Amino acid sequence: MKGKYRYLLGILSLILLLVVLTVPALAQGSDPTDDEVNAIARQLYCPVCENIPLDTCGTAACEQWRGIIREKLAEGWTEDQIKTYFVEQYGDRVLAEPPRRGFNWLAYVVPMLALAAGVALLVIGFRKWREQARVQETTRRSGEDRPAAEPTDEYLKKVEEELKARSEGQK
Amino acid sequence: MKKILLWGGLLLLLAVLAFGLFRSQQGQVNVGELAPEFTLESFSGETYRLPDLRGKVVVVNFWASWCESCKPEARDLEAAYQYYLPTGEVLFLGVDYVDTEPEALAYLEEFQVTYPNGPDLRTEISQAFRIRGVPETFVIDKSGRIAHLQIGPFSSFEEILGIIDPLLD
Repeated sequence: MKGKYRYLLGILSLILLLVVLTVPALAQGSDPTDDEVNAIARQLYCPVCENIPLDTCGTAACEQWRGIIREKLAEGWTEDQIKTYFVEQYGDRVLAEPPRRGFNWLAYVVPMLALAAGVALLVIGFRKWREQARVQETTRRSGEDRPAAEPTDEYLKKVEEELKARSEGQK
Repeated sequence: MKKILLWGGLLLLLAVLAFGLFRSQQGQVNVGELAPEFTLESFSGETYRLPDLRGKVVVVNFWASWCESCKPEARDLEAAYQYYLPTGEVLFLGVDYVDTEPEALAYLEEFQVTYPNGPDLRTEISQAFRIRGVPETFVIDKSGRIAHLQIGPFSSFEEILGIIDPLLD
């Protein structure tokens, strides 16, 4: 019986030891990793250092911002919540892509319109070019097939009559 | 019809690009111009609207806790604020540009700044003044026009007084 208790005590101690060892590990797991922080940071831009994403920016301001991302992630905020927070604090300029509203739509629409206009111009130009080539080909072919034109010019008629008369006179 | 649409579209596109270029090339709000209207909510929760402050000289200082060149002028600005406080004719407002609140509050505590300071939410105030960096300070006269633009830090307490005093006569 004593042996049985000892055996149970041993198992309980082992469980307790595992719990003690595991709790800090779990606590550490809740800390956001650098990769998690950078995954959000690379989608944000600090207005102070333009055109440098937050994950690669080395200024003190950017370091502070990455600290905020880490804090918010640790508090359980989602990526969208963090991005919204930054926009509310620092404006739309912090986003890699401008939000799709109001004047910002131009950034999305204008390149597409320009591309569509370019393609349309190419298609129109190509069609015109083909049409011209076709007309030229038709003209050329019809010129080959047609019998020699009857002289319509009075002068030519006279010349031909003269030549005819001469050739007959020679005979 | 097609040609009109094509040319109209092209002109519209050029107008948009020209507008964007014009805006990006604009410098700061200049001396003599009316100061842009803005509302600042301070870290302690008070609200300051520039149009409500007509009749006072307003000193708008843009700063940030990460800005090393802001530090030398911080104490001079506070000293100037204290100097004019009894007159009630001058108001100092600190606009904290692209900063984080804990660091900003620590900065204010470090330099014992007591005049109203608040965050530049959505960077709307700095965009309205079209600042190019920090520190920048706009001294607005009693009629709401910009009387002085300081790019970079003030070099001394006397320099600040030298700019504000003539506006009080």
